[in-house]
Amino acid sequence: MKIPKPLQFIIVVLVVYGLLKAPGLLLGKPIPQSVIFMYMLFVVIAVLLVMTATDESTEELFAPVRALVEDPSKRLIRNVVFIILPLTAGYIAYGFTKTGGGQAGLRSVHPAPPLEMRAYGKAFDLSTLVNPLRRLEKEDPAEFKRNVEEGGAVYFRNCFFCHGDKLDGIGHYAHALTPPPLPFKGRDTIAQLSESYLFWRIVKGGVGLPQEAGPAESSMPAWEEDLREDEVWKVITFLYDYTGNRPRPLGR
Amino acid sequence: MAFVKKAPFISVLALSALLVLISFLSGPSKAFSADTPSSPVISSQTHDAGVTAAQAAYPPAPKLKAEDYPKVKGLNPRLTVWMAAQMHLWFAAFVLAVPIFVFIFEAIGMAKKDRRYDSTAYEFMRVSMVAYSITAITGGLLLLSLIVFYPDLMKYLASIFGPTMILYALIFFAETGVLYTYYYGWHALDRGARKWAHLFLGFLLNLSGTALMFIANAWVTFMMTPAGVDIRGAFDGNVWHAVHNHLWSPMNLHRFIANIAYGGSIVGAYAAYKFLSSNTDEDRAHYDWMGYAANFVAIGALLPLPFAGYWLTAEIYAYSQQMGINLMGGVFAWLFIVQAVLIGALFLAANYYLWCGLSRSEGGRRYTKYIKYIAFALTVSFLVWFTPHTLVLKPSEAQALGGQYHPYLGPLGLMPAKNTAVNIMLLFTYLSFLLYRRSNRIAISSWAIYGKATQAAIFVSAIANIVYLGVYYGYFTNTVYKVASSVPQVVTTLFVIVSCSLIEAAIYRRSEEAGPYRWGRMPERSQYALFLIAVTFTWLMGLMGFVRSAIRQHWHVYSVMRDASPDAFTPTIGYAARVVSVGTIIFMAIVIFIFWVSNLSGRRPHGGGRAG
Repeated sequence: MKIPKPLQFIIVVLVVYGLLKAPGLLLGKPIPQSVIFMYMLFVVIAVLLVMTATDESTEELFAPVRALVEDPSKRLIRNVVFIILPLTAGYIAYGFTKTGGGQAGLRSVHPAPPLEMRAYGKAFDLSTLVNPLRRLEKEDPAEFKRNVEEGGAVYFRNCFFCHGDKLDGIGHYAHALTPPPLPFKGRDTIAQLSESYLFWRIVKGGVGLPQEAGPAESSMPAWEEDLREDEVWKVITFLYDYTGNRPRPLGR
Repeated sequence: MAFVKKAPFISVLALSALLVLISFLSGPSKAFSADTPSSPVISSQTHDAGVTAAQAAYPPAPKLKAEDYPKVKGLNPRLTVWMAAQMHLWFAAFVLAVPIFVFIFEAIGMAKKDRRYDSTAYEFMRVSMVAYSITAITGGLLLLSLIVFYPDLMKYLASIFGPTMILYALIFFAETGVLYTYYYGWHALDRGARKWAHLFLGFLLNLSGTALMFIANAWVTFMMTPAGVDIRGAFDGNVWHAVHNHLWSPMNLHRFIANIAYGGSIVGAYAAYKFLSSNTDEDRAHYDWMGYAANFVAIGALLPLPFAGYWLTAEIYAYSQQMGINLMGGVFAWLFIVQAVLIGALFLAANYYLWCGLSRSEGGRRYTKYIKYIAFALTVSFLVWFTPHTLVLKPSEAQALGGQYHPYLGPLGLMPAKNTAVNIMLLFTYLSFLLYRRSNRIAISSWAIYGKATQAAIFVSAIANIVYLGVYYGYFTNTVYKVASSVPQVVTTLFVIVSCSLIEAAIYRRSEEAGPYRWGRMPERSQYALFLIAVTFTWLMGLMGFVRSAIRQHWHVYSVMRDASPDAFTPTIGYAARVVSVGTIIFMAIVIFIFWVSNLSGRRPHGGGRAG
């Protein structure tokens, strides 16, 4: 049996919507409403484009709509549809604007660093700053390994409470923080950043974010009063070593 | 057509004003005398270090205060300059793009001895003449508003780029002369060797137009990635150093390719406008063909554009980590999502136009069953293409996800996924084109089946390779490989397009007609795809132009000359989108006016079939 075009349209749209809602309903990891809205908009457009690519298909798709609007015998169903449609649109609009659950927020997770920063009594040029320990990786691997281990000790004395013992961003205090701490595992945080960037974020923390970097909230403390410069570099080498990531080279 | 007739006068007037203003700006840089405060502390990496003897002759960039910026009651300086610049840029792109398109069409018409190309080219030069005058006017407005509101910046730039500004004016004069000779000499230089001379004039027109763009690009890119100056902003005396700055070449390439695509899209919109308002089958057929040919040029140029853009962006990142992160990881990243949405819409519209085109020939029905599969691949790729990395989350969603990234969608937000998606979109768009090209023919070569199998094998292997490169090098190696893997992905796509086109040509060398193309037999809804492509291009240029300019943040010349005006802050995304959207509406309204006014002189000249 051939499924009528309008029904095909509805089935395809509903199936895609169901697939997009599934991660939230089944796995507790919802696809955000803002993303679902964008996805569904273009899925509907794409399905419409396919179904209007030929005259025959277009006619078949819109014939029921035309009949609904023009056929005098469909007066009752027309009135029902014309009541349901605006109510549905109103409900969707209400869903977007209601305040329960909070408003959607936009945040820069990786705010742009300044060109220069001052810490430890001197100026650092962030566009040229490199990790002084990195060269040991080739020149003196044993010494490098010792620095990584010391960096690990620094991490577990200071950072793991929030960023977690697995460096996954789920430390003991993580759930109390908004925004939550970032994970270092995976390929989408520190793997994308240079070591000078990490140095800046650790030393200056959330309070040191430049105004022009916004909107960029951060729960990160500024560590320049608590950690020495060499300790910061050691913990950075530890982060990359432990997660198997490589720092982004400057200028790449 | 009085307006068109007055075009030379308006252009010369605008140019004279330009020269007077340049002479004012290029005067001795007294403004930067010894009492000029020192420049801000900046990165030494981004500039040629050291002060040479030549540099001693040039003062450092001025350090401005809020009171150094003139005020005009009722006018917001930034908004005024922004709108003037945007309008000038759109019209400049129009008048640079159309001659490229016209030159290509005239050359094809000569090669194929098909007068339709020639008459279309001429028709479009007529449209371009009005646009040329408006370009000169908006250019004058831009210069005036810059001098009125940002005089110190203009003096500083003129102290470095003075010679190039004079050169710009001279080339502008030359271009004007060539343009009018080219247009008014069209019918006089219509045959034999004269036609070749006319084509050469078209080449000179494009050469001068492109040279103008390259010069202006030098000024703009210097403001982003200054070169030829020391850390204080003092010029080293060598103009070439300033011109040949870090972004100059990628910007030149990106804008050149984009102009070809833009020209095609504007001509396509014009053809759609004429198609929908045609009263005769002959006109419908002509404008249907024009729309198809223009769309072919637009999409053909669109294919390499993402890669030129990728180079430009990579160079921005390479120059400054701050600008790069602001661009792709900071607040401007959201405009890249808007860009992705618009580019995806471009692809969908272009494919839809091709799918509708299958109805031109009876043979096209054979391929309509494949549309849904192509649409599926395009849509999935499109969704990946615009999936954001940093999500807009409600607090409840953020709590459920435990962070700003989604565990399943997160990888789709990174560049390897985007590069993979866009390459697949390109390949399926090419497939739509291939099916359209086959719609009126049936291959009769005995080996055609093997040729098609080879094409299918190449296609499938290429997609597998693109996905492998994107997934393995994108997510299982370090960042250097991740960035570098985009190159073999592009090469794979280009290989498919070239090799499959060659095989296609060989397969259909011997073919029967399945049904001729009936130009004009195109549903009216398909024409709106052409409008959408032109409007989307325009909008994209405005939005991404804003991003490119705004990543300088509070600098007139990045890290050299600080913007101390009250407007030295980054506007919200919503405000910027509104400004660009209003600008797009104004521009498109003027373009429609140009279409209308250029047709007042009468009907188009009917080329009528093939020449002998």
